[in-house]
Amino acid sequence: MVGTLAHVLEAHGLATVAIALIRGQIEKTAPPRALYTQFPLGRPLGRPDDPEYQHEVLAAAFALLERPAGPVLEDFPEVLGDDGDTPLSCQMPLRHDASLHPAVDEALGIRPAYNRTLQRTGASSVGRVGSVDGIPSILEAFVRIGDGVPHEEAAVPGGDLLAAAMDVRSYYEEAAQALVDHVPGARQVDAWIYGDTEAGKVMHAAQRALHATEGVPRPLWYFLMPMMHSRIKP
Amino acid sequence: MSDAIIRQTHADIDAHQFDTLAWTTPPPLAEARVAVVTTAGLRTDGVTMWSNSDEGFTIIPHGEKRLTLSHRSQNFDRSGFNRDINVILPMDRLDELARDGMIGSVAPRHLSFMGAQRDHTLATMRLDTGPAAAKVLTDDDVDVVLLTPV
Repeated sequence: MVGTLAHVLEAHGLATVAIALIRGQIEKTAPPRALYTQFPLGRPLGRPDDPEYQHEVLAAAFALLERPAGPVLEDFPEVLGDDGDTPLSCQMPLRHDASLHPAVDEALGIRPAYNRTLQRTGASSVGRVGSVDGIPSILEAFVRIGDGVPHEEAAVPGGDLLAAAMDVRSYYEEAAQALVDHVPGARQVDAWIYGDTEAGKVMHAAQRALHATEGVPRPLWYFLMPMMHSRIKP
Repeated sequence: MSDAIIRQTHADIDAHQFDTLAWTTPPPLAEARVAVVTTAGLRTDGVTMWSNSDEGFTIIPHGEKRLTLSHRSQNFDRSGFNRDINVILPMDRLDELARDGMIGSVAPRHLSFMGAQRDHTLATMRLDTGPAAAKVLTDDDVDVVLLTPV
């Protein structure tokens, strides 16, 4: 989309430089000036908490403004890969209430960490289907789906499986920020959620159950988690 | 599966082909006012899920850090943004460049769209919301726009 936007803005008198993360797309749209950064998707300036590196990327991008004609497509010289095969290593709270489903107990246990991140950032991406207090209810609904309850009868808060699944992901992502004292590698938090946590087990079971149920539209199971971490291959 | 696979599968998505290349010559960077337009689906209104097929944009006052990442796609890393919003919206970096005289000034407002739209031709954005976004920026006397994806 950045390539198309660049054409539109440029036509209205604005000089643009687009950072691009997918080379095929930026080649197709061919905006006036683009810097292709082979960085993890979601990190167009490369490295969080690294001002010096971000300035290097910005300098490379702004240098394209000096070109007399376009389209210009340059590659940033350094490639940064993701760490999607290496789950984040972090201390999790001990099991607290054995009467609860392990995922619900886990989610309640990391709530203080979530709160610490919220205090630092002042904003949360949790809330697509309700407040953060509803995360245990979301997990309980996905447990039911994994156990074979039709998704229409599983009482998913808000009735939107994708939005509810993304709330779980955001909750764990934001809690993770307060469970480690370093910048997580790209996709490491996702690898932790969908590889190491009880919530991840619930989401995989729900995805398997939805996939195995005749008549369930593909988007309902396919978009339940990042493609990278799904165990069902399209 | 890794980002490399997603790059491969997304590289072939159709896109609108422009017949001509619009070109605006910027003033020297040291005199230019710079804004960021991202396609990350950032919002300041607390809405945490961008509406499906919404090719509109949000306005982000410069310096506003209470942002939600409301993009609908699951297929990109969000932990970088959770750690440091500058990895998508480099407001602090622009402040530093302005302070050091590398850019003229930072725009008072930045904008966000949401990428990965269903309509790959982006007709609404090309014909309606894109020009509206340009007006917001030109009203702020912006010279240069940095576009960032996720």
